[in-house]
Amino acid sequence: MSSNANPACGSADHVLSRRALLGGMAAAAATGLVRRPALAKSVQGAGKRVLQIFLHGGVSQLETWDPKPGTATGGPFRAIPTSVPGLHISELLPHTALQMHRLGLIRSMTNASDDHGRGQREMFSGRNQPAPLDVPDLGAVVAKACMSDDFPLPGHILIRGSGGGPGNASYLGPRYAGVIMEDAKPPAFTDRPEGLSPEADRRRSGLRSRFNDRFAARRRTADTEAYTFSYGQALDLLDQRKVFDVSLESQRDQERYGKHEFGRHCLMARRLLEHGVSFVQVNHSNYDTHFENFDFHIEQLGEFDQPFATLVADLAARGLLEDTLVCVMSEFGRTPRINAGYGRDHWGKSWSVLLGGAGIQPGAVIGATSADGTEVIDRPVDHGHVFHTILQGVGVDSTADFHIGGSDFTIADPAKQPIREMLA
Amino acid sequence: MPDSPAIDPAAAHEIASHKHDRPLVSCVWDPLSRFVLFGSEDSAVHRLGIDGMGVAAFTGAHDSWVRALGFSPDGRCCFSGGYDGRLCQWTLDGEPAPPLRVIQAHDGWLRAIAVSPDGTKLATCGNDKLVKLWTITDGLVAETPTAIGTGHESHVYEVAWKPDGSNLASCDLKGNVKEWSPTGTLVRDVGKAEALWKYDEGFRADIGGARAIAFRADGAQLAVGGITAVTNAFAGVGHPGVSVLEWSDGKLATLLEPKEKQQGVCWGIAWHPQGIWVQVAGGGGGGWLRFFKAGEANELHAVKLPANGRALALSPDKSKVAVALADGHLKIFSLVPKPV
Repeated sequence: MSSNANPACGSADHVLSRRALLGGMAAAAATGLVRRPALAKSVQGAGKRVLQIFLHGGVSQLETWDPKPGTATGGPFRAIPTSVPGLHISELLPHTALQMHRLGLIRSMTNASDDHGRGQREMFSGRNQPAPLDVPDLGAVVAKACMSDDFPLPGHILIRGSGGGPGNASYLGPRYAGVIMEDAKPPAFTDRPEGLSPEADRRRSGLRSRFNDRFAARRRTADTEAYTFSYGQALDLLDQRKVFDVSLESQRDQERYGKHEFGRHCLMARRLLEHGVSFVQVNHSNYDTHFENFDFHIEQLGEFDQPFATLVADLAARGLLEDTLVCVMSEFGRTPRINAGYGRDHWGKSWSVLLGGAGIQPGAVIGATSADGTEVIDRPVDHGHVFHTILQGVGVDSTADFHIGGSDFTIADPAKQPIREMLA
Repeated sequence: MPDSPAIDPAAAHEIASHKHDRPLVSCVWDPLSRFVLFGSEDSAVHRLGIDGMGVAAFTGAHDSWVRALGFSPDGRCCFSGGYDGRLCQWTLDGEPAPPLRVIQAHDGWLRAIAVSPDGTKLATCGNDKLVKLWTITDGLVAETPTAIGTGHESHVYEVAWKPDGSNLASCDLKGNVKEWSPTGTLVRDVGKAEALWKYDEGFRADIGGARAIAFRADGAQLAVGGITAVTNAFAGVGHPGVSVLEWSDGKLATLLEPKEKQQGVCWGIAWHPQGIWVQVAGGGGGGWLRFFKAGEANELHAVKLPANGRALALSPDKSKVAVALADGHLKIFSLVPKPV
């Protein structure tokens, strides 16, 4: 039973103003860049990418990856076979079932969290919360490790309609903070102001550059470097604006993915990954189904299934899946016990995460839960192990340190390890 | 149809109770008053004998919850519909026997079934957005539908025959009510139970739909029950609502709501010939059996139930009501005052 039993949820996570969140992120993305220190080879994952699909609110493991049909906890849905012999998932995911030979499952997630904010921070940061030190999110770490110095786009992009964290970069600096794209639109503030012609804009930038160079010749600091970079990045973004225009994809592809929000977001994710963005998160909201869990999962997973499966298939067909690690996760799972309102509540004790693509063993199934899904009975793992595994999958030594400003920061929780048997 | 004795909702009292090991999801009264059938969070049809409360489980046909149950008026034919999309026909006399029919009727959930008053037709509806009509000949439902009604743009939650058997009503997730002929032709869009649906922008999902449906005996009004005034879809914060629509023009006649605005969903509605709507509900405000005088928005009497109500069925003589509860109980209440 959840400690936050009358949710949807009243938690701080859900009452945070989106405007405040977006404003903060846009500012973080636009305000600067610290000089990128040289990375040790062990923490370089050059050319690799991560696609994170975050099912906000806590998707039910029983209605997705770990069905228990015919049991008291199983709910009304049946299990269907997948493209991996012997592996069954929920009947709500018929398209994804056909892609499971490219993906792997962890069915033994277990942690103490049943609070949205805490669970989300744990899944994003790979650290137990509350953590003694502010640490960067997975997206920032991946961008730091995998993005080249001269990459003209943000390396950490969050595509969302609602929900989700801010894409915290912490000590890695604002260059690696998440840049939020709302509703498959380009990041905020990348439009050239109306009335400003490209030529006028170019001349204005030239003037700013000359002032800047003169100032930097006498008073160059890390801050001036950061400001200089951020202007440069903004100009790069203007040049690259078409990357963010999903309408440039063919009509056929737009139909294959679906014209609803999540479909457009998945197509945008494909576009960004094709253009080499290191970390793309697509947030699908909402799964916090304390009431009518089954009806809502029909609706939400009905949106999720086809675009996600199409995206996986397209990444494979285009040769991108080898270098793109795909993960599908939530902040926690949902109670096996069905409540009196046909709902399921928050549950961190036994739930599932899906991984696939770069460095992941196709068709792997790690761990198991009891017949009624209430306990992990084999290979318990948590957010820390998953964080290590994702990084190892894209070639980053997650046990190494980042050296930032003369200090060493452990990349992932040193108390946890990668799930070796999940890795190819 | 037996005569209906006078009832007094204020005198409603429990006369029988059966505890099943899973939460219940549906119930229906046998027209011959021999038993009540119920479905639960398992895949069986359960028969509860009224005399002695003996139970039997009919299995082997469904592999999901049985949400829809129905009888022909003469009690000969019994039908079940499940979230596996299957329509099954059973013979209920004697020991449990295999089903007479197992038909894959809908793609996705089959949500409701309704047998026509003359017992010759069966209507089903489901998540494939379809209304299907089936003929019953010599006590057996046909294996293929005689008509498939298209036009709903969201899951079809409920169907009900007009009491005179002339036409059929259906209502979907978004509260849209349609009228169909017995041959499956769309007659008209009747209207919309506006109060029973909203798209929750915060959670980005639809909430609502008809969880219960019933005609008034004269066919002049249709009652559609669900949840209304939703402020938080995913926590079920709203209260049970019943839109009573004028059948002639689809306009709202009365919105039935609990006086105290307890949270919950109306999961069952029935018309009592004494001019009373009988409702069962369940949710954050607990389980309630409520009685509304026709034309009045608030209940004239309410009985607190020990758990969330999930379905309701009036006995053939309308003197008793069976309620299916989320704690696994099937309870029967008499609506007739106890003899002094």
